[in-house]
Amino acid sequence: MIRLEKVDKGYKTRSGTHTVLDQVSLQINRGDKLGVLGRNGAGKSTLIRLISGAELPTRGRVTREMSASWPLALGDAFQGSLTGVDNTRFICRVYDADFKKSLAYVEEFAELGKFMHEPVKSYSSGMRSRLAFAISMAIEFDCFLIDETISVGDARFHDKCNSELFDKRGDRAMIIVSHEPNRIREHCNRACILSQGKIVEYPSIDAAYTQYQDLQARNAL
Amino acid sequence: MSSATATSARPQGSFGRSLSIQGRIIGALLMRELITRYSRHNIGFLWMFVEPMLFTAGILILWTLRGTHESHLPLVPFVLTGYSTILLWRNTINRCGNALDPNRTLLHHRNVRVVDFFIARIILEVTGTTVSFIFLTFLMVLLGFTKMPYDFFELFMAWILMAWFAAGAALLLGAAGAMSETVDRIWHVASYLFMPFSGAFFAVEWLPYHVQKIAIWIPTVSGAELFREGFFGPLVHSHYNVPYLIVVNMALSFAGLYAIKHITGRVEGE
Repeated sequence: MIRLEKVDKGYKTRSGTHTVLDQVSLQINRGDKLGVLGRNGAGKSTLIRLISGAELPTRGRVTREMSASWPLALGDAFQGSLTGVDNTRFICRVYDADFKKSLAYVEEFAELGKFMHEPVKSYSSGMRSRLAFAISMAIEFDCFLIDETISVGDARFHDKCNSELFDKRGDRAMIIVSHEPNRIREHCNRACILSQGKIVEYPSIDAAYTQYQDLQARNAL
Repeated sequence: MSSATATSARPQGSFGRSLSIQGRIIGALLMRELITRYSRHNIGFLWMFVEPMLFTAGILILWTLRGTHESHLPLVPFVLTGYSTILLWRNTINRCGNALDPNRTLLHHRNVRVVDFFIARIILEVTGTTVSFIFLTFLMVLLGFTKMPYDFFELFMAWILMAWFAAGAALLLGAAGAMSETVDRIWHVASYLFMPFSGAFFAVEWLPYHVQKIAIWIPTVSGAELFREGFFGPLVHSHYNVPYLIVVNMALSFAGLYAIKHITGRVEGE
C-alpha cells in the first residue's frame, strides 16, 4: 500500500512559490491499476516522483508499504558515460539485486548485443529506452510507476514490453500518468484527473474519460 | 519484496537499516566514479594515486632545482609534507564543486541522496592523496632523500584532522557551489591565492613573533604544523592549536551538512 496524505508540493520560482500539488490524498493498494489523466504541466511527473520517493513533499506525508519503481522507461535515470553493463551493475548495487541474474535478463531482453559494452551516450534514443526498460524489469517492484506512454523501440519490441509489464507482472500495482486516455482505458481499473493541483478520482474509467474529454473541450483543465 | 518506508518532512525508519542502505549506495557511487573518471583504459583507477603523486613529484623537482632552501630542515620531506596537505584539501574541495550536476539523474532512485555524491567523492579524493603521500614517503626513504617519519601516530592524527577539515569544507563549498556557479569560480581563484598562506611552504617558527600569533588561526596552518611535528619530531618547533582546528572542523561539517540538506529540497530530477 502506498498512501499520500494531504500532500503539498511547491517549487520556488523567481515570482514566488509555484504550487504544483495542493492537498493531494491518494491510496494505492496492492494490485491496483491507477490511471492519472492530466494535461502537460499538470504535475503528473511531480506526482510520480513523490510516489517513488525521489522527491519529498513540501507538506504532508507519503507512506510506502510496498516498493515502488522509478519512473519506467525513463532513459535518463542512467549515466551516459557508463556502458550498458556498468549501468546495470550500478542499478543492481543501488537496489541490492543479483547482478549476474539481472545482467543475463537485460542482455536477453534489451537486444543490444555488443552495445552493452559501449557507453550509453553513444546509443540512439530507441536503444537507450530499451536498456532502461530492460533494467527496470530486472529489478522486482510491487508497484510500477509509468510516466507518459512508453514508446520503446519498434512495434515488435513494444509488444514485448507490454507482455512483460502487463501480462507477466499483471499482479503488481501500477500507476500510469498520461495526457491521453487510451493506455489508461486499456490497462487501468481506477482513474483520476489531475488538474490545477487537485486530484479527483472518478467512480469508473469511463466517467473519468468523459469528464476529461469534456474538460478538454471546454479548455478548462 | 516488501519494505515499509515513509517520507515526510522528517524521514523515519530504523537507523541501522538506513546506514546499511547508505553504505551500499556510497559503494555503488564509488565504483561508478572510478569507472567514469578513469575508465578501464591503460592503468585505469591507479590514476587516482598516480595523478597526485606526479603533482607532488613535479613540485619536489622544481624546488630541488631552485635550491634556495633557507632552513635547516631537509628540503625533500619539507616539500613533500607541505604539498601533500595542499593536495588533500584542494583536490577534495575541487572535486565536490561539481558533484551534483553529473549525478543529478541518479536522484530518480529513491535511496540515492545528494549527500552520498559528496561522500563518495570525498572518500575517493582523500584515499588518492593519502596513498600518494605514503607511497612517495617510502620512495624518498628508499632513495635516501629523507628519514622515516618520527611519530607515526601524530602524523596520522594530523592527517585525519586535515582530511576532516577538507571534508567539511568540501561539503559546505560543494553545496554552495550547487546553489551558485559564482562560488565555484571564486573558489578556484581563492584557493590558488590561499596556497602561500596555507602553511604548506613555510614553518610558523620562521615568522616574526606577532605574525606567528595570527598564522595559527589559519586552520590549515595548524594542521600542517602538527603534521610536520609528526614527521620531523624534535627537528622542528611547531606551533598549532588543535582544539581550535577541531572546533573549525565541527563547524564546517555541521554547516556543510545543513547546506546539503537545504539543496536536497531544491533538487528536482529532470
